[in-house]
Amino acid sequence: MRRALLAALLVAGFVALWQLVASISAVDDLTLASPVETARALADDASLLFGDLGVTAVEVLLGLALSVALGVLFALGMHLSGALREAAYPLLVASQAIPVVVLAPVFVLAFDFGLAPKLAIVALVCFFPVTVNVLDGLRSVDREQLKLMRSLGFSRLGTLRRVELPAALPSFFTGLKVAATVSVIGAVFGEWAEAQEGLGRRVLLDNNNLETPRVYAGIVLLTLMAVALFALAALAERVACPWNREEARS
Amino acid sequence: MRLSGVSRRFRLRGDEIAALEGVDLTVSPAEVVAVVGRSGSGKSTLLELAAGLQEPDEGGVEAGGATDAAGRRATCAYMPQRDLLLPWRDGLGNAALALEAAGVGRGEARRRAAPLFERFGLSAFERARPAALSGGMRQRVAFLRTLLAGRPVLLLDEPFAALDAITRADMQEWLAAALAAEPRTVLLVTHDVEEALFLADRVVILGPRPGRVVAELDVPAERPRERVEFLAGAQAGALRARALEALR
Repeated sequence: MRRALLAALLVAGFVALWQLVASISAVDDLTLASPVETARALADDASLLFGDLGVTAVEVLLGLALSVALGVLFALGMHLSGALREAAYPLLVASQAIPVVVLAPVFVLAFDFGLAPKLAIVALVCFFPVTVNVLDGLRSVDREQLKLMRSLGFSRLGTLRRVELPAALPSFFTGLKVAATVSVIGAVFGEWAEAQEGLGRRVLLDNNNLETPRVYAGIVLLTLMAVALFALAALAERVACPWNREEARS
Repeated sequence: MRLSGVSRRFRLRGDEIAALEGVDLTVSPAEVVAVVGRSGSGKSTLLELAAGLQEPDEGGVEAGGATDAAGRRATCAYMPQRDLLLPWRDGLGNAALALEAAGVGRGEARRRAAPLFERFGLSAFERARPAALSGGMRQRVAFLRTLLAGRPVLLLDEPFAALDAITRADMQEWLAAALAAEPRTVLLVTHDVEEALFLADRVVILGPRPGRVVAELDVPAERPRERVEFLAGAQAGALRARALEALR
């Protein structure tokens, strides 16, 4: 309760500071919209902004789902085959070194227009934290534990299902939380490369048209979406791994 | 359970280290044999060889007529030093794990494990996850898991080494009672001479690296024994002196 209060106070303090800086006459209104102006833009253009938000949310959620599927699949493959792990790791890291901004227009060409290139970009940004964390989680299992499972008579897959997969669940959620926060950035880059609709494209257009308050309204919505996704992943973690918090407490 | 002329070596940064050399050891059905040695005398290696988790470099290991590792794994139930309970499973689920290896479904395995919890007075802990259990309780659940594996031979690797002295004494009495209720062939490894004398029919002393049998002591007293009384007695005193002498 006290922590929630502190968080609320911090947010309030930040908004107050933002309002203060925006009301300094030396700060150009076209550079910085105040919280009040932003809120007004949000209210006035709600249907427009929320329509775009819906488009971006679909890109983010489908992209996240794709990256989770890919990330878990890669992690499993790399866990079960040491050769694959060593061969694929440099490639995995390299995939994150490529600037997404550069890659986004190429993806538009490669995957055609529409939803596909955005999903590809979100997935490219998000599969990495999932893969790395799930792989770490799978590998975190004690060798003694695996020995015990073997002596009990479990097969490799029986052990994977009963020990390594559940053991990797908390790490999976750590990866998912990181992925959730960067997924929105991925979708925005995708929309900047080419889009007919979506909140990323809206912000870019409004910025060109000097619609500064609506730019800030868009940014606030994008940020809130990322925070909400993070909170959702954290909630799912609590539900799915109750033992994890018990362990930390004891 | 029979080990004959067993040697096992390891490579450590290019150096070859002999963990065990020419170890002969027999455990008869329903007998409890304790192997005592210092740290690094190859005790755990000996147990893993018996369990079919390793193969010897020389010599033969036989368990219940099986000489291959897979056959030994099917004959022996191995209890490692640490309880290794799965943190996401409750007590009953952890013990029932042993039954699932044989293809028993999760629910059915729990149903079959429950009577054992009742018999050993652990019913209250069926639904508690390991984080909520004390060290002694966790070891009890780990022991039930070992029993539920349903193998004739139990291999116990310093099962109480991580517990405080008072809990360890309780656990030794509990194990003695459990073995009286569920007689099995037991090979127990420990560095605690008193624990070995209290629990075993025969104590085998392993010399320091490379591990080899330096003494064998018969403990003639009937099991289960009255711990304090037995350990204070003249027989245990004499055996302890011989064991400590052999360990020097």
